[in-house]
Amino acid sequence: MSELIHLSALDLRDKIANGAVSAREAVTASLQRIEAVESRVRAFITVTGEQALAQADKIDAMRSAGETLPPLAGVPVALKDNMCTRGVLTTAGSKILHNFIPPYNGTVVSRLVESGAISVGKTNLDEFAMGSSTENSGFHTTANPYDLSRVPGGSSGGSAAAVAALETPLALGSDTGGSIRQPASLCGVVGLKPTYGRVSRYGLIAYASSLDQIGPFGRTVKDCALLLNAISGHDPMDSTSTDVPVPDFAATCGESIKGMKIGIPTEYFGAGVSAEVAAAVRTAIAQLTALGAEAEECSLPSTEYALASYYIIAPAECSSNLARFDGVKYGLRSSELAGHIGLTEKSRDEGFGREVKQRIMIGTYTLSAGYYDAYYKRAQQVRTLIRKDFERAFEKYDLLVTPTAPGPAFKVGEKADPLEMKLADICTIPVNMAGLPAISVPCGMVDGLPVGLQIIGKAYDECTLFRLAHAYEQSTGWHKNSPVL
Amino acid sequence: MSDTAANVNAAETEYEPVVGMECHAELLTNSKMFCGCRNEFGGEPNTRCCPVCTGMPGALPVMNIQAVEHVMRTAIALNCSINPHAKFDRKNYYYPDLPKGYQISEYDIPIGVTGWLDIEVNGQPKRIHIRRVHLEEDTGKLFHVAGDESFVDLNRSGVPLMEIVTDFPPDIQSAEEGREYLTRLRSILTYIGVCDGKMEEGSLRCEPNVSVRPVGSNTFGTKTEIKNLNSFRSVYKGIEFETQRQAELLRKGERVVQETRGWNDTRQVTFSQRSKEGEEEYRYFPEPDLVPLHINEDWIERVRASMPELPDARRARFISEFALPPYDAGILTDTRAVADYFEETARLCGDAKTTSNWVMGDLAKLLNASGTEIGASPITPAALAEMIGLITDGTISGKIAKQLIEEMYATGGSPKTIVEEKGWKTIKDSGAVLAAVEKVFAANPNIITDIKVKGLVGKRGFLVGQVMRETQGKADPGEVNRLIDEKLAD
Amino acid sequence: MALTREDVKKVALLSRLELTEDEIDTQIGPLNDLLKQFEALQQLDVTGVEPTSHSIPVVNVLREDVVKPSLTRDEVLANAPESREGCFVVPRVIAD
Repeated sequence: MSELIHLSALDLRDKIANGAVSAREAVTASLQRIEAVESRVRAFITVTGEQALAQADKIDAMRSAGETLPPLAGVPVALKDNMCTRGVLTTAGSKILHNFIPPYNGTVVSRLVESGAISVGKTNLDEFAMGSSTENSGFHTTANPYDLSRVPGGSSGGSAAAVAALETPLALGSDTGGSIRQPASLCGVVGLKPTYGRVSRYGLIAYASSLDQIGPFGRTVKDCALLLNAISGHDPMDSTSTDVPVPDFAATCGESIKGMKIGIPTEYFGAGVSAEVAAAVRTAIAQLTALGAEAEECSLPSTEYALASYYIIAPAECSSNLARFDGVKYGLRSSELAGHIGLTEKSRDEGFGREVKQRIMIGTYTLSAGYYDAYYKRAQQVRTLIRKDFERAFEKYDLLVTPTAPGPAFKVGEKADPLEMKLADICTIPVNMAGLPAISVPCGMVDGLPVGLQIIGKAYDECTLFRLAHAYEQSTGWHKNSPVL
Repeated sequence: MSDTAANVNAAETEYEPVVGMECHAELLTNSKMFCGCRNEFGGEPNTRCCPVCTGMPGALPVMNIQAVEHVMRTAIALNCSINPHAKFDRKNYYYPDLPKGYQISEYDIPIGVTGWLDIEVNGQPKRIHIRRVHLEEDTGKLFHVAGDESFVDLNRSGVPLMEIVTDFPPDIQSAEEGREYLTRLRSILTYIGVCDGKMEEGSLRCEPNVSVRPVGSNTFGTKTEIKNLNSFRSVYKGIEFETQRQAELLRKGERVVQETRGWNDTRQVTFSQRSKEGEEEYRYFPEPDLVPLHINEDWIERVRASMPELPDARRARFISEFALPPYDAGILTDTRAVADYFEETARLCGDAKTTSNWVMGDLAKLLNASGTEIGASPITPAALAEMIGLITDGTISGKIAKQLIEEMYATGGSPKTIVEEKGWKTIKDSGAVLAAVEKVFAANPNIITDIKVKGLVGKRGFLVGQVMRETQGKADPGEVNRLIDEKLAD
Repeated sequence: MALTREDVKKVALLSRLELTEDEIDTQIGPLNDLLKQFEALQQLDVTGVEPTSHSIPVVNVLREDVVKPSLTRDEVLANAPESREGCFVVPRVIAD
């Protein structure tokens, strides 16, 4: 049965559909793998084995009854624990939600159920998705399957590690400043941040509303495309979800990339990006040209301001989004008696970790009267400049190619300085600021650790992105790597 | 001027109030502002709640179009401009009845701006300028139970709430004007169907801010805001009390403290309220979970076309079309329900002035006595019109009609049936009336002498009254007069 | 411009975080590091640049005024740290 865990989601789905494998077998294989490696990887906060098996039996019953199976029927999937699941503990990686059981399903969760995918559990993350290593989780740190002494990246480190460690073929993460792509890069898997508005945020516990976007992890580009198809589309419950048609993403995988125009923004190869990573990305670009794409250097001059403006906008939104955790309606309530204000203060002090408190405070400060124009408004103006940089570049190029992360996975505890940690997202943040889609695909190994290639596309043009990523992947075979556990 | 003289002067200074009005109206919609929970008053706590209005993690708001259009209607009715690009913002503060820790509101680009509302006090017209009309969401409710606990009910959380703020410098300069402004505003809101106007249920709330200044001055003093006013009367009394309190402080040489003051309705006084602990610092920023509103002319026109006639226009039409005195037209157009009732009745019976008299007189009295809204009146416009018809065609006398309307109100019966059953028809038979006249003449020889001999014609009315009494009010008054005149001329 | 300990306390109160003295010590450095990083933006000329608050150019997303089922009261209160008589319970709030 253990060979099942090596299958791509696509192959597994086909085997379930044609009766070669039952959904119960697929889910059992996933649960057994989790059982075998979790003590070392610690990708999950909650594993929902019984529920998963019950759902698998339903799929198997459907097949026995001769019913048409939905597109991901029986395929195990892991969900980042900031997506609300009805009746299942949802913590957002925070002690303040250590006991929160949502009475509703987020839209992506409902859509996954409709697609027949089977959730086997909820994965670890940096508290409220704030971080780049999962070290900020209120519960535990997840290990990088390629080197257990290293971080898997973050904030969706649990989802990336689960897919890399063959615990599930698919997972969902959320990406606010790189939280899907950076861990995908560090764990050697494929991760995509869709265009803002492509996937509903309803039920995603917000970090920074104008930047957050849910997206897929898989071990192949096509698997990501399949999962994106399952969760995309307009949702009347999310005002920022866009009412645009959802193409068949998987179908575009395999189309030629000949003549495709690729921009290489020089700013993404500057200070902070390791020479080894830069070299791996340059090699990948050469490979793309060999496949018929036309690559050319270009410039996105506002890039250097992206990090600072991101660390104004995201914390500002977070300071407001996290105000609801007041110890009144759900989650942790301090046992100290101190009146209603004290109750909220003490509950938040006990429930939130250091990084979250820091972002809440910096956000509160920059939104304060007298500082708004100097910080928040200015950051929003810089955001416009960043967006325009991309718009200009996309007049000329179909896609932009950059490193995903400045370096490979770092050691747990290595980046104690919060500012240094924040540099891990230097290549991914500008994409969120502009609301664009981007994918990270494995493009090499540095000292036995995976490195990712980031491909950035035009808004709502995930198809072109998938085409290039798939062509690259198929021509190199990095995706066939898997860690020894 | 010596110090003493200055003090004497201060002590004698006359002060006048300057009043700004901030009103909140809960909008009449089926569902809440940002979710599908029912918008309704009262009910068991926390039974109209969902992830959105209880601020659960992950929940997102989606705007209710009806609420947006209600604000547009109000803006149009208050002669405001409508911002082509409006947006929502978050107003951040902590309170147990505010589940998200922020209120979704409109900060710097409200839907409606710079309008006005015309009022009239003691026959003097006055224009009250409006600064803004914006949309936000209501908070939940806190119950302060005995002991050291409070209870939170979130049924009201997320109910669409509209805020209407008067302009600065304020136009309102007396408690009377303040009350009149609120009366007119309530009338407009209920007319256009955006709010039920029930102050006692909190669906219309008013927070005047009051400052005083020496009469004739054009400076502005320190203002206080009055909360918890839940009737027109308390608004009037509250402004009046604050005016006097502040004037007294100033006359004594003391200062007015800028603060929020509550209204104690039992003691009829305002009292200093402890300001919310912690600094008031709302950290407004654009709500990222909602997209902007773009309101074009087409949309405005569609909303305008869906609006009923406004009170002022209707009042003018009642004067021109029905030849009503302005006083009547004013009262009848005060609420849409009364105006609708009047208009339907007047059209059915064809006699507007008589209709006006009955609606403003006996019917109003009956409704008042039983605390009934005119919309729920046991007497339908058709029934009242029929009754007026009976008077006009002489079937009953006006005097009988006063009894008849009470009977109609009590039983809900048709006027014709009641008149029939009670035998209240006017006596048209001259013989019967003549018999009554003769009886009265025989019983009052002295009066006849006074009239005939002493020329005290004023006493003739007494005779008419006696005849009417004799016929239980059923005699046709014209006939009675004619027969008395004939008899006196004998 | 650097935050003082007093500034941090004030921001913490606004954020409803009761920080210990130790926590203030650990937070003040990173907070000031961030503010320093933000200074880079002050040199940028943003005259006439519209702020972007939404990365998608969508407007007028509205729903019809239709009632949908609410949660049951048990569901609403299920996660409450304390509830009684159908309400969330909090320490006494001074009436105002």
